[in-house]
Amino acid sequence: MSTLIKFKIDGVECMAETGAYVVEAAVENGIFIPTLCNIKGVKPRGSCRVCTVLVNGRPMSACTTPVASGMEVENNIAELNDIRKAIIEALFVEGNHFCPSCEKSGNCELQALAYRFQMMVPRFPFDFPVRDIDASNPKIIKDHNRCILCKRCIRAIKTEDGKSVFAFKKRGRQLEINVDPDLGELFTDELAAKAAEICPVGAILLREKGYEIPIGQRKFDKEPIGSDIEKK
Amino acid sequence: MSKPIVATTSLAGCFGCHMSILDIDERILDLIELVEFNKSPIDDIKEFTKMCDIGLIEGGCCNSENIHVLKDFRKNCKILVSLGECAIMGGLPALRNGIPIKECLEEAYLNGPSVRENKKRIIPNDDELPMLLDKVYPCHEIVKIDYYLPGCPPSAELIWNALVALVTGDEMKLPYEVVKFD
Ligand code: SF4
Ligand code: SF4
Repeated sequence: MSTLIKFKIDGVECMAETGAYVVEAAVENGIFIPTLCNIKGVKPRGSCRVCTVLVNGRPMSACTTPVASGMEVENNIAELNDIRKAIIEALFVEGNHFCPSCEKSGNCELQALAYRFQMMVPRFPFDFPVRDIDASNPKIIKDHNRCILCKRCIRAIKTEDGKSVFAFKKRGRQLEINVDPDLGELFTDELAAKAAEICPVGAILLREKGYEIPIGQRKFDKEPIGSDIEKK
Repeated sequence: MSKPIVATTSLAGCFGCHMSILDIDERILDLIELVEFNKSPIDDIKEFTKMCDIGLIEGGCCNSENIHVLKDFRKNCKILVSLGECAIMGGLPALRNGIPIKECLEEAYLNGPSVRENKKRIIPNDDELPMLLDKVYPCHEIVKIDYYLPGCPPSAELIWNALVALVTGDEMKLPYEVVKFD
């Protein structure tokens, strides 16, 4: 049986079930903690650090930290929001993000976070790395230019017998996420669509689809990411 | 008091940002009341005739002429604004940044599907022509830029709010819908 415990986010009394991660517990209490690599229902990885909060004064990733009774969490403070913004800006310059020509624009979580934090220009110099687009799979296109290596696809897209369809290739700055050529052949339409959906950016695209939703009606055209949680 | 003076230019851009300036519609009449234009494609003044208060830069730097014009703007404007994605991060012209210059030129003048009448297989190389840079650079990597207005193009609303804020000294209005990268 799970029990309810009390803790605080930015001084606000919150309740959550023991064992819940801070990010989820915040959602239950109508508080948005920005995330990027996290996906509901999949074991958290804590790789992007966008959800960094201060737990009793120490920086922790909110997606991997379970709540504890009496915990004091700091979330929406200038110091943290600037660190989060810096992470977003770093992701923009280390890849090739040409939003005006991107199929994911308007529905992209990286871009939406940049909007939420009002990024006008990244503080870091642009890297313009030379990267490929892999269009060998019959159902999807993998654009390495936009991949932020969040590993959502690896963690969430599995075959019926539990094998990951996506996997790492190469190391260090050359690191890429690739589709397993054999497993990728077996992609059903549903699994391919799920992969494109699970990718927070435009790094996994469905073939022969794109720009389907008119500007103005896309996910983040009218309201900042997280507003749905804050409205609860 | 004399009116603030505005200059504008389009470097490696498509003139979309300038179109978006015109998209402020009838407020252009208010703008004329608020500011005076100097060097700009809008009034076709080709050279600076006086020191300006605000310079709006559309487009990034893809060749030596862009650099020259941008530095000229920095010298002649107190405040420089990067207007639009191309000025801010290179934009679509910067899609060539991963491709060697030689390949770009050969594709454009020798091998591309739209090449028709280049029987002598000439790649233009006149001294009069600006040199292409190794890649397309965001403006702030060439000169100091004071403000950034994102968008492709930035919405007329964003441009208007920014100009009014700069001219009046009031804080700029930044409603969520106006700051977009596409
Ligand atoms: S993936 Fe997102 S941030 Fe990157 S270019 Fe596409 S819309 Fe922009
Ligand atoms: S392809 Fe998408 S989901 Fe997979 S790691 Fe890259 S950004 Fe993340």
